[in-house]
Amino acid sequence: MIWARNLALSFLVVTAVAGLFAGSLTSGYAHQFRDLPSASPSRQHPLGTDDLGRDRWARILYGTRVSLFLAPAAALLSSLFAGLIGGIAGFAGGWTARVVIAIVDLFLSLPWLLLLITVRALMPLNVSPVTSVLITFVLLGCLGWAAAARVVYADTRSLSQSDFALLARASGAGGFRLLWRHVLPNLRPILFAQFWISVPVFILTEANLGILGLGVAEPLPSWGSLLRELESYSSLTAEPWRLLPLVLLIAVVSCFQIVLHKEELPV
Amino acid sequence: MKKTLLVRLTCILFLATLARAQSANELRFCLKSDPKTLNPLLVTDDSSETIRYLTGGVLLRVNRLTQEAEPELATSWKVSPDGKTISFKLRSGIFFSDGTSFSAEDVAYTMQQLMDPSLHSPTGDAFRSGEGKVITTVTSPDRLSITFPAPVAGLDKLFDQVAIMSAKSPQKEKAVLGPYYVADWKAGAYLLLQRNPNYWRQDSSGRKLPYIDSVRLDIQQNRDTEMLRFMRGEIHLINSVDPESFDKLAAQNPGMVHDAGVSLDAEFMWFNQVAKSPLPDYKKEWFRSTNFRRAISEAINRDDLVRIAFRGHAHPGVGPISPANKFWFNSDLKPHPFDPKSAMQRLQQDGFKLQNGKLYDRGGHSVEFSIITNSGNSYRERMATMIQQDLGEIGVTVNVVLLDFPSLIERITSTFNYEACLLGLLNNELDPDSQMNVWLSSSDTHQWNPSQKTPETAWETEIDKLVRTEASTLDPKKRKQLFDKVQQIAWEQEPFIYLVNRNALSAVSGQLQSVHPAVVRPQVYWNIDELSFRPEVASAK
Repeated sequence: MIWARNLALSFLVVTAVAGLFAGSLTSGYAHQFRDLPSASPSRQHPLGTDDLGRDRWARILYGTRVSLFLAPAAALLSSLFAGLIGGIAGFAGGWTARVVIAIVDLFLSLPWLLLLITVRALMPLNVSPVTSVLITFVLLGCLGWAAAARVVYADTRSLSQSDFALLARASGAGGFRLLWRHVLPNLRPILFAQFWISVPVFILTEANLGILGLGVAEPLPSWGSLLRELESYSSLTAEPWRLLPLVLLIAVVSCFQIVLHKEELPV
Repeated sequence: MKKTLLVRLTCILFLATLARAQSANELRFCLKSDPKTLNPLLVTDDSSETIRYLTGGVLLRVNRLTQEAEPELATSWKVSPDGKTISFKLRSGIFFSDGTSFSAEDVAYTMQQLMDPSLHSPTGDAFRSGEGKVITTVTSPDRLSITFPAPVAGLDKLFDQVAIMSAKSPQKEKAVLGPYYVADWKAGAYLLLQRNPNYWRQDSSGRKLPYIDSVRLDIQQNRDTEMLRFMRGEIHLINSVDPESFDKLAAQNPGMVHDAGVSLDAEFMWFNQVAKSPLPDYKKEWFRSTNFRRAISEAINRDDLVRIAFRGHAHPGVGPISPANKFWFNSDLKPHPFDPKSAMQRLQQDGFKLQNGKLYDRGGHSVEFSIITNSGNSYRERMATMIQQDLGEIGVTVNVVLLDFPSLIERITSTFNYEACLLGLLNNELDPDSQMNVWLSSSDTHQWNPSQKTPETAWETEIDKLVRTEASTLDPKKRKQLFDKVQQIAWEQEPFIYLVNRNALSAVSGQLQSVHPAVVRPQVYWNIDELSFRPEVASAK
C-alpha cells in the first residue's frame, strides 16, 4: 500500500504548505466584513463568511497553520517527556520505577479535559492570541506524556534486561554508557511511533477544547474553533461548505494514521 | 364467545379513543432541567418558577402585557399611606386542588412561612424591609391585613410571586390554587400537570378555566433538540428562542414565531475598579476614569452588535432599566452613539496618545486589556470578538478570554483577578428595587467594585442616597423621579457599559389560540388559563 502512504503524505504536505503560505493566499483571518455576515461563497470569499463576516477560506488556512504545526510541536514535547520519564523509570527500576509509575498512573487517572480546562482557567488572562495558542499546545504537550511514558517504561525494562544489555554489562559497560549506546538507540522507533500517535490526538484535543470555547483565543482560528460552526447543525444542509473544517480534520487524522501504520512496520 | 370478544374489543377501542382524546387536549413544552423544588416559597431556578406559575394561586397577578396588577384570589387590596400595611379582600367559595377550602388563614400561614428566617425564602427577601416581625391580622375569613416593620416600596406587585399555600391540607405544597396541579413527575424525563378541578376562574360564558386539560413538561437540556421537536410538532411552544432559530423558523412558517420586542434582559460589560485587585496601578487608573469608560463605550458599535450578533432581534442598550419596562424606563436617555472620534477626544483628555495605530497612556503603557466571558454563550463570544475589532480601531488591544462559569464567577467575586467582564442579566422583575443589591456600593453584587465600606466616588455616594430614598418612598411618581436620576448617573458614569437589550423571541404552534406573547416572563404562557387549541385541531385529533 505504498501508493496510499504516498497519497497521504502528499496530502499532508499540500495541507501544511497551504497553511504555511496562508498569508500569501488570503487577505487575513480577523477582519470582519460586517456588511457580509454569513455570506454564501463568492469570488471574494470562496467559502463564504462566518457569522461575523470573516472570510472562511482564510480562517481555514490559518487554522490549518495553527493546528497542523503546533500539534506536532506538542507531540514532540510530550514524546520527549515520555522518553525521559519512562526511560529513567525503566532503566533505574526499583523504587524509582515504582514512584515514577505511580505518578504516571495518577496522570492517567486524571480527567484530561477537566484538567485542561482548570489549568487553562488558571493561566494569565491578558495574553495575546498567539501566546494563548502556544500556552494551549504547551499544556497539551506537558499533560499528554503519561500514556506514552508507560509504553516507553515497559520497552526500556525489556531492553535493559535483554541479552545484549547483559552482554554489555558483562563487558564492563557502565550505567550511562549502557543507556546512551545500547538502550536509547533501540527506543527510537517506539518514541517515533508515540510521536505520530500523539499528533492526531492533540489535534483532536485542541478541537475538543475549541468546541468548549476554551482553546485558541479569538480572533485566531484553529480547526477546533472552526468546528464550533457545526454546533448549529440545522444550517448544515443549507450551507454544506461549513463542513470543510471537519472534512479536513478527518482527512488529516486519517492520513496520519496511514503514515503511522507504515512507520510502525520496522519496529 | 365471539360476542364477548367483540364487546371486549369495543371497550378497548373506546378506552384507547378516550385516552387519545385526553392527550389531544394536552399542551407540551420543554423545561431545561428538573425543578429544584415544588415549594413555591423556595423557588430559585427557571423550572421551579414555571411550575410555580402554572400551579400557584396568587392574590394578584401582574398582567404581562399591561404590566399592571390585576385581581386574582384577592378581589381588592389597599396599601396604607405609610406603606407598611396592605389589606386584602379575598374571594370566597374557593378550594385548593385537594378540596380543602381557602380562607384568610391560608394567606396568614403563607406569610408566616414566607417570612420565617429559618426557611431562607428568596421570595420572602423582597418583603424584608426592616428589623422586626411581620404581623398578619385576619379580621374575617375573607379579609386580612399584613403589616411590615418598615415601608415596602412597590408592595402590592410583590405578591405576584407569592403562591398561597394551604394551612390545613395534608398534601402541603402539592395542594394548589392555580390552574394546574402536579400529577406526575418522572425525574429527568417529564412533569405532568393536570387541570385543577377546583380552579376558580371562569370565562365570560361561565365555562371553567383553563381550557387545556393537561400540560406535559419534558425535560430537555439541548436547545437544538427542543427546536427539532417543535418543528416535528411534538411540542407546542418554546418560550425563549435564539435569533438563529427564530430566523430559520420565520423563513419556514412566519406565523409560528413571535418577536414581542425588546425584553427586560440586558447584556453589558464592566471594568474591574476594585482597589485591592491584583492589577497594575496604571490599569486601575484607566478603569476608574469616567472618560476612559465613556470612550470605550462610544467606540463600540452597538448597532452592529444588534445586527450581526443578534440578527436584528435586539436593541442597543441604554441603562439599567430596559425600554421594555414601560413605567420605570427613563425615556430621556438614548443609547450611546458609535463615535470613535469623540472616544479619541475623551481619551486625549486623559492623556492617552495614538502612535502608529496603538494607544498609549501618559505613562507610555500600551492600552491592552482582556475581556472575560463565559464559554458556551455564542452571543457573548460574538459580541466580545466584535468589541475587539471596534476597539482595535482606536488603538486598544483587547484579548478575549472564555472561561467556564465557575472560574469566571470566582474571578469576579472572589479573587478580582480580571480586567473587564462581559455578562448578561436575565431580568424578571419590573420594580427597580430588585436591582438595589447591584447599585448599593456596600453590596457584594456591586460588580465593578463590591462591598465598599464607604462609597469611593461621589457618584456612587449619590446613587446610594437615591436608591435608599427611593426604596423608602411610597409615591410611585417620586420613586420614578429618583430612579430616573439613578439611570441618568449610570448613563453618564457607565460603571456598566450596557450593550444590548435582547428581544423576547418565542415560537408557538399554530394549533394554539389566544396567544399574546409578552416581553416579561413567562412570555408565551402567561395567560395559560386562556390558551386553547383551535377547534379544528381539537376535532381533527
